[in-house]
Amino acid sequence: MQLEQQLRDKRNEKDILLMTHIVLGYPSFAANREVIRQMVENGVDCIEMQIPFSEPMADGPVILKANQDSLAAGTKVEDCLTFGAEMAEKYDIPFLYMTYYNIIFKYGEEDFFRRAAEDGIKGFIIPDLPPEMGESFLTLADKYQVAPILIFAPTSTTERMRELAGYGQGFIYCAARRGVTGKKSEFGKDFNDYLNRCREATSLLLAVGFGIQSREDIEILKGKADMAVIGSRTISLVDSEGPEAVGPFIAGLR
Amino acid sequence: MDKKGFFGNWGGAYIPEVLYQTFQELQKEYDRCRQDPAFWEEYLNLMSTYSCRPTPLTHAENLSNYFGGAQIYIKREDLNHTGAHKANNVMGQGLLVKRMGKKRVIAETGAGQHGMATATMAAKFGLECTIYMGEEDVLRQRPNVFWMEKMGATVIPVKDGSRTLKDAINEAFRDWVTNVDDTHYVFGTACGPAPFPEMVSWFQSIIGIEAAEQIIKYHGKMPAKIYACVGGGSNAMGIFKRFLDEKDVELIGVEAGGHGIDSGSHAIRLNCPDASPGVAQGYKTMFLQDEDGQMKHTHSVAAGLDYVGVSPILSDLWEKKQVRFESATDNEVMQALDLTMKKEGIIPALESSHAFAGAFREVGKLSPDDAIIINQSGRGDKDIFTIAHAFADPSWKKFIIDRGKEYSSK
Repeated sequence: MQLEQQLRDKRNEKDILLMTHIVLGYPSFAANREVIRQMVENGVDCIEMQIPFSEPMADGPVILKANQDSLAAGTKVEDCLTFGAEMAEKYDIPFLYMTYYNIIFKYGEEDFFRRAAEDGIKGFIIPDLPPEMGESFLTLADKYQVAPILIFAPTSTTERMRELAGYGQGFIYCAARRGVTGKKSEFGKDFNDYLNRCREATSLLLAVGFGIQSREDIEILKGKADMAVIGSRTISLVDSEGPEAVGPFIAGLR
Repeated sequence: MDKKGFFGNWGGAYIPEVLYQTFQELQKEYDRCRQDPAFWEEYLNLMSTYSCRPTPLTHAENLSNYFGGAQIYIKREDLNHTGAHKANNVMGQGLLVKRMGKKRVIAETGAGQHGMATATMAAKFGLECTIYMGEEDVLRQRPNVFWMEKMGATVIPVKDGSRTLKDAINEAFRDWVTNVDDTHYVFGTACGPAPFPEMVSWFQSIIGIEAAEQIIKYHGKMPAKIYACVGGGSNAMGIFKRFLDEKDVELIGVEAGGHGIDSGSHAIRLNCPDASPGVAQGYKTMFLQDEDGQMKHTHSVAAGLDYVGVSPILSDLWEKKQVRFESATDNEVMQALDLTMKKEGIIPALESSHAFAGAFREVGKLSPDDAIIINQSGRGDKDIFTIAHAFADPSWKKFIIDRGKEYSSK
């Protein structure tokens, strides 16, 4: 409930919330630190920190490369957890971990939850863990009060969405389209119908991600979604213009 | 398989939500096919008219005499259309695709045999086809790439990660989540999310069903042992499945020992301290991974065995001690291949040669009244570049240099 309440309070003050994404250790933890500082100072409401995995099946080219480069530079899960704790301590916005299930499984599911909870992490996004496979995960999420963020996809039936919403906490992550992260999304009639279906299926806040890149995209989401997720775009921006470009970019989004 | 797709502790379906609906449909169609005797009839008819089923069981008399132990029989999956057991799975899934009405197929491939078989099936059934293949494999299996393209498939070299089979699988999944509505992913081995491990094993089980009849006919009784190489595990599951309840038949899976189990350069997932339980590529099994859960690099002279995971069904059989696992190094494999060619005039694929190497180690200790079966999952002439290179064959080298000169002078 912690995460949900925190976000609801913010949502009452803003048209739309903003969640951003970073890949831990890419291009470096020092750069992550600077990027997060700029994100928070420019009003980002929530940050998902991706713990890199060698097989990021649901990610597109930009985040895939960031995962690989981070690992190639020697990033360990322990480094990521230490950094996550530092950020959660320093800033009072909610921080989440996004990663693939093997990272948690290998660390030890309960140990991972305990550690994250102690470190002040508010939720997990695990794209390859459907609730059918996550019985123990969901139990531990309750026990340690770390929100399991579930994902809706345009291919999800309304019945399926209701089922997912029953397991989800914090908010629902709605993938804007089929496919992997990073590619531009179209926001036509199909998209509106999809978001309406999402809205009807749950009373949880709705975050929309996958291909959200600009102020225009976010403008379109206002009134339809509660939170916009910027992922690959800021990673590309750091690649091309450095961490200092992130602040002005974020400031110009709303 | 239980309701959630597990075999004991292994398997499952760890899939992104976007694929959930497609997997529901796939499972439903697969269940329908399993219950419909007409489907298996159609499958057998297709395999006997388009491929060469039943494939022969060859008595390798010279090799048997050479080792002086059990009678060696070779199950000739190399004589399938496209030269490997892969056709069994692909044609079966092709029939499934027709039922589901999808228009496009995608597949990953390591050695190129599964890609070849999929491209063939797509051409025959009029489907659009894209094959993902690790860049390293594209380089070492050039002839298969040539044929896939000639049959109308698009071959996409995958440049991420280790640029081998696992990376091709990731990329095929990325395609699938994008084009899920009209596309079926023809998974090539008994791995991946449920129902693939069981479904692929079902199509491949035709190998063992035939072999059981054939060995009784030629040898008069069940074999003492059966050997199969294990990459993902589909040819092994194919020949093992029929014999799982035969108490006196020992089943042996041979993994890729690469440069040796202590070298860190191999693909041994079972019985190896470098491997541990994990979840990746949509399923839970023994993976070659580090303490953080990051997948390790693997190595084998055989591209088709060069893989970090293994069929969850085999992990279960390993845990329950129903299948014994061994490994063979690249060097042992080249020796076994050489001997088989010289003694029998048969060219096993480098993958299959692992099964031969495993069998050759033990066959001499058995009685001549006993029989063993080696599953020759594929033919080796596709590996001519790799094999000729590994043998450092001088006349082949000269041929390549001369041909290169000829091309570059034009």
